[in-house]
Amino acid sequence: MATRVLEVRKNVLNKNDELARELRKDFESAGVLVLNLVSSPGTGKTMLLEKTLAALGERGFRVAALVGDLETDNDATRLARSGAPARQINTDGRCHLEANMVRAHLEGWSLDNLDFLFIENVGNLVCPASYDLGEAVRVALLSVTEGEDKPLKYPTMFNSADAAVITKMDLAGACEYDREAALRNLREIRPAIEILEVSAKRGIGMDNWFDFLQRKKYGVTQ
Amino acid sequence: MHELSIVQGIIETVSESAEAASAKKIIAVYLRVGALAGVVKDALLFSYDLATQETMLEGSKLIVEELPVFIFCQVCGKDVELPTVQSFRCPICNSPSAAIKQGKELEIRSIEIEV
Repeated sequence: MATRVLEVRKNVLNKNDELARELRKDFESAGVLVLNLVSSPGTGKTMLLEKTLAALGERGFRVAALVGDLETDNDATRLARSGAPARQINTDGRCHLEANMVRAHLEGWSLDNLDFLFIENVGNLVCPASYDLGEAVRVALLSVTEGEDKPLKYPTMFNSADAAVITKMDLAGACEYDREAALRNLREIRPAIEILEVSAKRGIGMDNWFDFLQRKKYGVTQ
Repeated sequence: MHELSIVQGIIETVSESAEAASAKKIIAVYLRVGALAGVVKDALLFSYDLATQETMLEGSKLIVEELPVFIFCQVCGKDVELPTVQSFRCPICNSPSAAIKQGKELEIRSIEIEV
């Protein structure tokens, strides 16, 4: 029996990557800025989005959100209270969102009528790092209650992020949050990463976050 | 853990390639995995044995080549290998760099087949 070696040279995530590239093209031509929000569970992605959707809506922007969870549509219900269209993606146990899930849940929405689309990924600092969703900006969230060394523990995720948002800043004192260490660790893993510090609940730092979003929207570099 | 979905992607791609080459059997699959691919080798091997059962890949060996991260150091003017993924600084001159040249690969390089 003859054996031989066959060159394949194919990315395992080829299908997801190709689909993500198509989505990215669609998003760009429609002029919608798409952000993929990643973090561990309980960092405050949904809280940040609730406030963001409402505030951007008040400023006249057309916004929408997709939110991924293993089970329940609780988060979509919370987000829909802002008045913005919000859809839940149930991953049925899968630990991350994939490009095909995003595409399936965009059906019936006209991208041309949107300025911002937020995709809240499944709370997980490992798996979502590998899956491109066609987003323009990947934002990794880190709360002051989690420990400043999170970026060092999950370098793959933080390295893949374009920006980092440190959340729950209102609890910084109670948690003895070491700001210098948090910023140093983020920059160690992702040099020159843009870092924003907010408390969505108390409204701290939110104007900087909105400015960041508008800068990204209009392609303004800092 | 998403290694099982990764393995399912491997099975799909490898089966297509093997069928196109009229392979009778798949002996080995050579995979390149970068240190920033977000995949754990042991979990991958464990999932592989499970998921390949009753597929064309059953009984084949998964051979993983682990790739370190290389960044481009602007100061040194060359690609340099990082000893860890805990710090994205040039090991020679200590300058930070976000320009990743290698380390995100998750690629099926080749397969060994019986024809």
